[in-house]
Amino acid sequence: MAIQRLLPPLSTPRLADHQEEQDAVLVEEVTKVFMKSRPWLPWQKGKDARTVRAVDRVSLRVKRREIIGILGSNGSGKSTLIRILSTLLIPDSGRVTIFGYDVVRDEAIVRRLINRVSVEASFFKKLSPMENLIYAARLYNLPGRLARERIVSILERLGIGAARIKQPLEDMSRGMQQKVAIARAFLTAPVLLLLDEPTTGLDPRSKLDVQTFVRELREVHDATILLTTHDLEEAEALCDRVAIIDQGRIVALGSIDELKQEVMHQLGLSVPASMHQVFMHYTASHRITEEDILRYGSWEKAFEALEAMREEEE
Amino acid sequence: MFTALVHRGRATYAFFERNWNLTRRYWAWEIVWLLYNIVNALSVTFIGAAAEQITGAKVKFDTNSLLLVLVIGTSVWSYLSVTFDGVTDIINMERWEGTIEYTFMAPISRFTHMVGSCLYAVAHGLLFTLIQLLVIAAFFHIDLSHANYLTALFLLLLGSISFIGFGIGAAILPLLYTEKGMQMSFIVKAVLLLVSGVYYPISVLPGWMQPLARISPATYVLEGLREAIMQGRPLWSPEIWSCTWPLILTGLISVPASVYAFSLAERYAKRTGKLKRNG
Repeated sequence: MAIQRLLPPLSTPRLADHQEEQDAVLVEEVTKVFMKSRPWLPWQKGKDARTVRAVDRVSLRVKRREIIGILGSNGSGKSTLIRILSTLLIPDSGRVTIFGYDVVRDEAIVRRLINRVSVEASFFKKLSPMENLIYAARLYNLPGRLARERIVSILERLGIGAARIKQPLEDMSRGMQQKVAIARAFLTAPVLLLLDEPTTGLDPRSKLDVQTFVRELREVHDATILLTTHDLEEAEALCDRVAIIDQGRIVALGSIDELKQEVMHQLGLSVPASMHQVFMHYTASHRITEEDILRYGSWEKAFEALEAMREEEE
Repeated sequence: MFTALVHRGRATYAFFERNWNLTRRYWAWEIVWLLYNIVNALSVTFIGAAAEQITGAKVKFDTNSLLLVLVIGTSVWSYLSVTFDGVTDIINMERWEGTIEYTFMAPISRFTHMVGSCLYAVAHGLLFTLIQLLVIAAFFHIDLSHANYLTALFLLLLGSISFIGFGIGAAILPLLYTEKGMQMSFIVKAVLLLVSGVYYPISVLPGWMQPLARISPATYVLEGLREAIMQGRPLWSPEIWSCTWPLILTGLISVPASVYAFSLAERYAKRTGKLKRNG
């Protein structure tokens, strides 16, 4: 399907000539550890604070105009990695650069190049989509009139009509709120868009709308897109490459076809593996047997049950 | 350079406009809060009106002076309180709504973020106090024939700078302590109310509390305002200058110190993942 032009032309943040040739994202040996509890009182000092290694020596290179998917179970470190790229978390070790700018040292420049959609649609819920988006637009230096036109255009494309644009967000469904969150990121036409499970809670039609938007953002505005998702079909539909992350580490990285071929060889299959098989192969704590499938009813249910057991043990 | 200034201007306006929109959408709460402030101010002022009866004074009591002391106290406190809350809401509100990560990810400096929020807090505080004063004026006959309004407004605005500094400092608490930070910032305000001579001269405080009164900007705002409204002192009078220079000094120290402390706290929050959790 030809990609329709959905967004009005924008002045996307310009990159210097040397940046055109650079990697969009370069993650080098990045580690992030969280302390679960930090004793305050002197007699508690002896107790060990529990630590969680959310991201463990992750390295990743994303080319300009690439759509890369990060797949992983809950708590695998996907969102932590996105937060580091968004300048919201400082890594304990390693280095991350976005178009050559260090996310810690050059934080202010990096923030001009990126935007993010998280799994929760974070808004001032009493305010309308227009009020929330005009606020975001001004923060990103868009003049009010241009922003208003663009907001109406994007929201209408996402199925939010003029009548809803001025109603409080709290009166909208979760799916609608998520569409407004997506509109907020698209509004500023970032050169690097970080999508953290953006279509969770959306109906199939809305998912397709968002996917079309994502493609257009790349085609028309030269954006690079990093997408975390649980939706394997979405990853297949959108991503040039995927990285599978498990317990903070990248355990597989390649194009969809490469990964399918690889798993086909490893499992001794006669046809390329499905994306489900690829994901389960790299993230399952132990191999799922026929007995597990019989016990839980399906491969996916067996996987979910065993993962839940693993998380509980951890 | 010019583009950067335009961006700063737009971002500052974004915070002002957002907060105005929130005030409009939460209009019922605004009315409740305004009524609470007015009732509070009236209750305190009625104590002044009843002073003769309460004390059983045989000689004529200067009720007008006492009423003025209390009206100035309640009005200034209402103004500083609304302004202080508006400033600490830089973080409280974002935590509550879950938008903190988006605001901290936006391509603006923290200083611009604070200026926008603080300007709205000052405008909001002034509007609240004006309405409160109009209501109080309808209840009591207060002689304001000596008042120097220019001096009063000057001191109020000058004091706002220091209060913004203290407010930014207090906003660090909800940034670092996600669950209880908001309540902790109330304590800062309560201590300022206790030591600043809002309803009584600071000379009645125990000796060990009086140095605290001398570092509170509210003390100088109140003293200066009482001189301006009750005695009609002009801006250049020594009595007003003795309140002006400490306010300039606290403003010059508290704003940059708080902004710097806030930047350290933000960095700590980004190292420990404290930005993530919402209220």
